[in-house]
Amino acid sequence: MSAPYLSAEGMTGGYGAADILHDCTLTVDRGQIAVIVGPNGAGKSTAMKAVFGMLRLRAGRVTLDGEDITALSPQARVAKGMGFVPQVANVFPTMSVEENLEMGAFLRRDDIRATMEQVYALFPILRDKRRQNAGELSGGQRQQVAVGRALMTQPKLLMLDEPTAGVSPIVMDELFDRIIEVARSGISILMVEQNARQALEIADRGYVLVQGANRFADTGAALLADPEVRRTFLGG
Amino acid sequence: MDILNAIVALANFVLIPAAAYGAQLALGALGVTLIYGILRFSNFAHGDTMAFGTAMVILVTWALQGAGIGIAPLPTALLALPFGIGLTAALVLGTDRAVYRFYRRQKAAPVILVIVSMGVMFVMNGLTRFIIGVEDIAFDDGARFIVNARAFRDATGLDEGLALRSTQVITLVTALVVVVWLFWFLNRTRTGKSMRAFSDNEDLALLSGINPERVVMYAWLIASALATIAGTLYGLDKSFKAFNYFQLLLPIFAAAIVGGLGNPVGAIAGGFLIAFSEVGVTYAWKKVAGYVLPFWEPDGLLQLLSTEYKFAVSFVILIAVLLFRPTGLFKGKSV
Ligand SMILES: Nc1ncnc2c1ncn2[C@@H]1O[C@H](COP(=O)(O)OP(=O)(O)OP(=O)(O)O)[C@@H](O)[C@H]1O
Ligand SMILES: [Mg+2]
Repeated sequence: MSAPYLSAEGMTGGYGAADILHDCTLTVDRGQIAVIVGPNGAGKSTAMKAVFGMLRLRAGRVTLDGEDITALSPQARVAKGMGFVPQVANVFPTMSVEENLEMGAFLRRDDIRATMEQVYALFPILRDKRRQNAGELSGGQRQQVAVGRALMTQPKLLMLDEPTAGVSPIVMDELFDRIIEVARSGISILMVEQNARQALEIADRGYVLVQGANRFADTGAALLADPEVRRTFLGG
Repeated sequence: MDILNAIVALANFVLIPAAAYGAQLALGALGVTLIYGILRFSNFAHGDTMAFGTAMVILVTWALQGAGIGIAPLPTALLALPFGIGLTAALVLGTDRAVYRFYRRQKAAPVILVIVSMGVMFVMNGLTRFIIGVEDIAFDDGARFIVNARAFRDATGLDEGLALRSTQVITLVTALVVVVWLFWFLNRTRTGKSMRAFSDNEDLALLSGINPERVVMYAWLIASALATIAGTLYGLDKSFKAFNYFQLLLPIFAAAIVGGLGNPVGAIAGGFLIAFSEVGVTYAWKKVAGYVLPFWEPDGLLQLLSTEYKFAVSFVILIAVLLFRPTGLFKGKSV
């Protein structure tokens, strides 16, 4: 078996003196979907930030496609092909939908129109709203802008922190379908999800994070079948 | 006839001067609002940046005049403006390197940066006085009037004269050009959009690969240019005195806050609102009233506030806005 595309091993660290993450390990294989689930405050968002270089780690290392990127700034990681959609404040509210997408492609110097067309094909509502400010959209539409913005860099690894937060069940199904579609196009995905059952169903790999540490790690299907995971985290 | 006289008097003493003053305040407020939007603090050194920039323009103007170079009938200062902007930008960028960057790296709270900017203000203030002195300096050469009061009276046969000074027209035209350019830059260019993105959501801008130091550098560059232009226009219109620019800080901040800090449209609207209020409240309306209501013989001059108190106008408007609409009239960031 080849080495995983993204590998974050033994991440330990936090925002201040106290550690939030304790020897947390996450890996994603090329073109696959990895899902992190866990209770509120478990450190899922913190782990995502650590993978993206937005947190100073005391221990652990992050490699992307075999290259050690532990010391790189978030911007440098964007240039390496990583895209991140944070859990909150993930759009530019006073800029139009189209400008949000343009900003996603900020580092690119080539023609971005084809990628923008792909995003509009993926999220047709954004095409209709492209002149409207992102701050004036509904929560679900805003999430689509956020994902679209991250796709504009043409990332090889897309990291999504609760992309379905605050969206209706129908839009949620839709968004999950879109995410699978993105993964099929060869983009690796690392995703935090509150809708654990549904997320694990589409996950090639799943992690249950509790108090900043890996409690369970297995394939999505195996976690769904595990009686203890079901009892403690999936509500039976 | 009386109505026409009233209109001419109004234009001559209120509308034209307030429009020119409003344009100067708007340019100043744009600089303050831009720095607030990008660096997230109120830059108290902006008034003295204007003074320093104007001083540089005056020095270059003198040099050009000495060399016999001019663009008559326009004032030589307009020719000196780009050089003044360059020198001011050098000082401001140097200050950012030496002072602000240190606090930025420490992720200092905005209130600390405000205090730091006060320190910068005192240093710049001293530097300007040291270089050019404290006296009043008139550096407007060029044609004085486009329409002169006597000629206007003779031509129209009205009792009231209308004077239109060239500096007033230059102020309005320059301000218009600068504002159009600024909005084009912010809304159409890649760099301008990245500045708006940074102002909107700093973290997400980083996640999009936008380089914060570059955005900050452009913000300082544009603020230096705006400050120098605003300061020079004000100096041409009135005269240059270092201390006056320090005093201008209040109406400029009032304009930026009334419009909504961080919002460029708001800064422009705020500039004109403050200017018209200030001029309107300190103008003696007796003459205009005499034309419109000839039967009424008021006792006083119909002046709400004597001109020494003009800064109180900014202050009152500022407090009213902060009380009733803290984010300003045009939805800026809350203070
Ligand atoms: N910026 C921050 N500064 C300090 N502590 C933080 C910060 N963000 C999060 N924390 C703390 O880190 C811990 C983990 O938070 P985190 O946001 O990673 O949880 P989470 O698993 O994403 O939760 P949720 O499911 O609610 O999004 C919490 O105890 C939180 O208080
Ligand atoms: Mg979270």
